[in-house]
Amino acid sequence: MELRKNYFADVRKDGLHEIGQPRPRSDSPGHVTGKTAFFADRNFPGMLHLKMVRSPHHHARIRSIDTSEAEKHPGVVKVLTAKDVPHNLYTILILIQIGPEDETVLADGKVRWRGEAVVAVLAETERAAQEAAAKVKVDYEVLPAVFDMEEALKPGAPIVNEYHGQNYYLYDSGACRKVRFGDVEAGFAQADHVLEQSYQSSPIEHAPTETTGCVVAPEGNDRFTCHTNTQAMFFTLDNTSIILQMPGSKLHFVGGTVGGGFGGKVDVIVEPIAILGAKLTGRPVCFVYSREEEMQISSPRAAEKVVIKDGIMMDGRIVARKVTGYTDAGAYSRHSPYGAQKGAGHYPGPYTIPNVWIDTYCVYTNRTPSSAMRGFGVTIGDFALEVQMDKLARLIGMDPLEFRFINAYRDGDMKAHRQPTEGAALIECMQEASRAANWPVAEKYMAMSSYKNGA
Amino acid sequence: MAKVPVQFTLNGSEKAEFIDSGTTLLNALRDKIGDTSPKGGCHQGTCGACSVIIDGELRLSCLTLAETCNGAMITTTSGLAEGGVLHPLQRAFLDTFATQCGFCTPGMIMAAKVLLDHTPNPSREDVVEALSGNICRCTGYEPIIQAVLAAARANSQNAA
Ligand code: FES
Ligand code: FES
Repeated sequence: MELRKNYFADVRKDGLHEIGQPRPRSDSPGHVTGKTAFFADRNFPGMLHLKMVRSPHHHARIRSIDTSEAEKHPGVVKVLTAKDVPHNLYTILILIQIGPEDETVLADGKVRWRGEAVVAVLAETERAAQEAAAKVKVDYEVLPAVFDMEEALKPGAPIVNEYHGQNYYLYDSGACRKVRFGDVEAGFAQADHVLEQSYQSSPIEHAPTETTGCVVAPEGNDRFTCHTNTQAMFFTLDNTSIILQMPGSKLHFVGGTVGGGFGGKVDVIVEPIAILGAKLTGRPVCFVYSREEEMQISSPRAAEKVVIKDGIMMDGRIVARKVTGYTDAGAYSRHSPYGAQKGAGHYPGPYTIPNVWIDTYCVYTNRTPSSAMRGFGVTIGDFALEVQMDKLARLIGMDPLEFRFINAYRDGDMKAHRQPTEGAALIECMQEASRAANWPVAEKYMAMSSYKNGA
Repeated sequence: MAKVPVQFTLNGSEKAEFIDSGTTLLNALRDKIGDTSPKGGCHQGTCGACSVIIDGELRLSCLTLAETCNGAMITTTSGLAEGGVLHPLQRAFLDTFATQCGFCTPGMIMAAKVLLDHTPNPSREDVVEALSGNICRCTGYEPIIQAVLAAARANSQNAA
């Protein structure tokens, strides 16, 4: 790899011994010899298998649950329902004081999405667990469901999640996260052109090659070792501690080896119930998603809708930007309130715009709860913003890359969230990109610098 | 459940086990014999993570019943290195950064080995075709293809 040392030559440090040097990964010898231990490579004598009974409905009241036939099934050791979980109502981000708790470990009284966990069956073999799970009888009263964010926000829409009281997350700033900078209406009034477009995305599944799961072994002293492929070791440990009302010192988590995650393994879903199963049976427990569960049950990237309105001048300056963003959380919060909030911070783009107005909503629907995935909250936004940038450039007959040079933020520029820009390198990146892609831009742009006092 | 006896050679050593009839080779290798190098990604024949070599042929161990392997010669990735020396394919996967999370790697290496055993000087198309049954979600296929081509080159140099 070639390093361009002419950029920022006065602030560069070139005496580094690690950064910029190729180093072999410490885990690859294990990978190529098949010796790396993933969680499922642990096999304990007497290990039980856990299978979930899941809701076939998008939204339903649970009238009754009958587990008697399942309990009699040969090989079944234990059947768990909501009442077995010490603190059944939780939310992952409660660890950083983001509430309310809005999700049940095992459904209690209601299901809010198709696939929601209702009853856990522990049996000697995977097959026995599966067969017994099919014998659990749940009596549902099907309720009206809502799958579309705009529908969910209309007055009179079915309430998806009572713990919120309305179908959107209530931030301390109100129904949405807001950014206000300058006077956006005055900006539109002054603009030569105004362009409003909306962009929409579908949920996206991470599809890691290794499915989500864990293997739990009870140790002496009522302590439990959980081999897991979580991407969020301490979130998982601390949330498990809350859900099971057990001190963290009783929980020993082993992990860090993840067979693909992409954000799909940061939710705290399999570990608490598997540890509870091990605690109540005194035996090791394996809970691993089938491929079908991984595709249908694990939280995808949220579907998003973004409406962007920009005002621009004929000389290429963006003078006003108004964005309304909607993030489909599905039935439960998980990491989505945070994703929607990130969007609010991100929609001004890496551009200097004097008048900005942004609202982002985190909306609840009866869909699979969405959560983290590779830059969630900003990735779809970036797609929308950059498509919008191309459309704006076309509107005034300007080269799309040159249009970005005109608007790129540079050191000292005030961002819409009132943080002055520091350490920008966008101009320099675009100069390199222009060369690499053979997309020439006018000399004056190649002479620019992210230093404000540059060209 | 009926137990059946099964005997085969795994990476050069004799194995004899009683298994439940209907057990997949993948589960027999991983849970009974303790060779966890074949991975279970889908258990339905679509990801290739469980690939092993049976009598010289690439096979999906999740779709192979262990009881049909009597008398077979089975090779898995854990048996490739000889006397602590990595197989050229393993070396190449290391050197070309062809393994990120590593979950697909043992299956990829098995598929690549069968290719090189039959076609010592494969074209890029041959490599793509040979790996087409193996899914990788992290590394990206290009470094993996490069690794296989590099291993083929290393082999032909050794032979020359
Ligand atoms: S586990 Fe055999 S092909 Fe996926
Ligand atoms: S390296 Fe992760 S699936 Fe291939």
